[in-house]
Amino acid sequence: MTPTIAILLIITFVLSTVGLLLLIWSIANNQFSHGQEAARSIFSPGEEGHSEDPARPADPSFTGENTAQAAAINARWTADQSSRTAVLTWLSSSIFWLVLGSFFGLVSSIKMHLPEFLAASEFLTFGRIRPAHLNAVTYGWASMAGIGVALFLIPRLFKTSLAGGKYAVFGAVIWNIGLILGLTAIIIGLSDGKEWLEFPWQIDILFVVGGGLCAIPLLLTAANRQVEHLYVSSWYLMAALVWFPILFLIANLPFTFPGASGATVNWWFAHNVLGLWVTPIGIGIAYYMIPKILGRPIISYQLSLIGFWSLALFYSQVGIHHIIGGPIPTWLVTLSIVHSVMMSIPVITVAINHHGTMMGNFGRLKDSPTLRFVWIGALMYTVASLQGSMEALRSVNVITHFTHYTIAHAHLGMYAFLSFILFGAIYFIMPRLTNWEWPWRGLISLHFWLVSVGIVIYVVSLSIAGWKQGVALLDAAMPFMDIVRMTMPALQARTVGGALMTLGHLVFAFHFVAMLMRRGIGNQQPTLFRPAIKEFTQ
Amino acid sequence: MKGALAIMVGAALILLLAMLTLVVMPYLQMSAEQVPPDLKPYTETQQRGRQLYIANGCIYCHSQQPRDPGFASGDRDRGWGRPSVPGDYAYDQPHLLGTMRTGPDLFNVGARLPSIDWQLLHLYNPRAVYQDSIMPSYTFLFRHVDEAEAGDKVVYLQAAFGPESGQIVATDDALALAEYLLALDHTYPAPTLPKADNPKE
Repeated sequence: MTPTIAILLIITFVLSTVGLLLLIWSIANNQFSHGQEAARSIFSPGEEGHSEDPARPADPSFTGENTAQAAAINARWTADQSSRTAVLTWLSSSIFWLVLGSFFGLVSSIKMHLPEFLAASEFLTFGRIRPAHLNAVTYGWASMAGIGVALFLIPRLFKTSLAGGKYAVFGAVIWNIGLILGLTAIIIGLSDGKEWLEFPWQIDILFVVGGGLCAIPLLLTAANRQVEHLYVSSWYLMAALVWFPILFLIANLPFTFPGASGATVNWWFAHNVLGLWVTPIGIGIAYYMIPKILGRPIISYQLSLIGFWSLALFYSQVGIHHIIGGPIPTWLVTLSIVHSVMMSIPVITVAINHHGTMMGNFGRLKDSPTLRFVWIGALMYTVASLQGSMEALRSVNVITHFTHYTIAHAHLGMYAFLSFILFGAIYFIMPRLTNWEWPWRGLISLHFWLVSVGIVIYVVSLSIAGWKQGVALLDAAMPFMDIVRMTMPALQARTVGGALMTLGHLVFAFHFVAMLMRRGIGNQQPTLFRPAIKEFTQ
Repeated sequence: MKGALAIMVGAALILLLAMLTLVVMPYLQMSAEQVPPDLKPYTETQQRGRQLYIANGCIYCHSQQPRDPGFASGDRDRGWGRPSVPGDYAYDQPHLLGTMRTGPDLFNVGARLPSIDWQLLHLYNPRAVYQDSIMPSYTFLFRHVDEAEAGDKVVYLQAAFGPESGQIVATDDALALAEYLLALDHTYPAPTLPKADNPKE
């Protein structure tokens, strides 16, 4: 134990020294000075103060007040079109997996209170459908939609056309093949057996290759960039695209980590999928969408950079809070708990920026579908993250560990935060890529209310039941079967919530396909020429 | 490009640091842990049963890691056994620690419920044992035959849960899974466990 503590002390010392030197260097080199200028880099000249929200019925887009400004808007339209094939490929695939994954989830939920439901077939047993749900929504929906949105934002953030888009399309094909093979493997019983890593490692290679192929357009486009400042969204997106392949490769190394050390690697990875993959994507998108729709820059650019680096530092070490009380060294658990609590720093800095920028503009939530989805997602990021920091504390974890409370928390993060932001982003992106209006605005509202009511029922019922379950499990006076009976109403409520969410996804998918098939009203010209008469067609 | 590269390299370096603390150091420390002398490696049948445990996702409802009674006394009081230590998992590849207790912890299920007949009956239909159990039945691990042949393992069912005619016999898969469950017995003393942690007894 002593050498371990010595190493930890040395690392801490080196780290603080490096941090101090970095700070001195930043101040000496004026790294903090061009803050608000960088925050404005997402607007084209003269655009600040004008909203951009293609999913919104009224409110014509800013088209520039003089030739130079109009040319900048036109250049952005060209940049949007350059990513079209790649983005549409990733997004369409993601929506397919969302619908399939939702049905896996719904069936798993029903099985929890009706255990004989579809139990006769080994291919449909709970223990196979549940991991199929997790993998389909994580690697199918969230990851593919996240990459799709990132591919759309990269040319916009760098103010140039997407270079090497065909590599991303090829990457999507490989990624989809990986999903088909991986999910099939789980269903026929060839799981690797570790949560979040169920796909057999041979198939995982496809994801590393598919994801790596997306790095090519990222690097090529970054090399061509026309902006001086890298806006904070691009920091998050670039980091996420670096982190995920490394993580996924290490965690899937076969025959390397046996027994209890396998568990630490497993959870180091699983939480990093959230912390270093989907979270930076979600935050990065929100950092773009909120100021863009409001037409005002984020309130503190410096704070956003502190948020970024502290997220990188703290989030990468929280994973072991999933094994508190488990058969692993205590220092390791403590390290992760400390980092989990420290996560409140990036969370609060991001919250100040996201919600502070919203201040005084909450009325816009009524008419902007994108803003409503994205801001609620950002709010749920704050809530879910602070809840997560609390859950890592030993005194809370002893109750919530091993219960449905954790499941509710996971859905608050992956769904109410991430998926909401992705929904909002897709509503923003599609009209820009297809030059077409969303055919039925009522369907956007329907989608919003179905998934919102669904996730509220889901999280509230499971949180309450999970907490009661956790308290009861600690007290052996309550027989185990009584606990099972006690959680039953919440398990049924989850099926109701899950069914509403699934229904919402069907509405969303239908609308998306209708958009692709060009139903409804077209927008024949580039957006910048959108005729004012559009306002009256609704 | 310089700025973009700096961010990506910085991000990768931070991840490497996390890998050092959360992957490499625990691995070095835990692989040096003593393997309890009484821990037996899995037999071939048990290992096959373990694969069935993985394939059918038992881990999504059952943990295999009783916690220290000083931390969570319920684990001991429910009879799930002493706190587990890294050495207990020396032969586990992959680990099956689990994160849910929709069902009870199984680290010592073999000691708690040592009858193979009970295990098979419970796998065939959990509700034959616990009326309100929400565990799925694993009927696909069993065969329905008119008359059991010599060497077949018959599942003894109450009339209400059995077929109208004929008998239910366990497949090799069901037997292997039951054998694995019976092998989950870690009641031997763990040499690396800190002493004097049971003040109540």
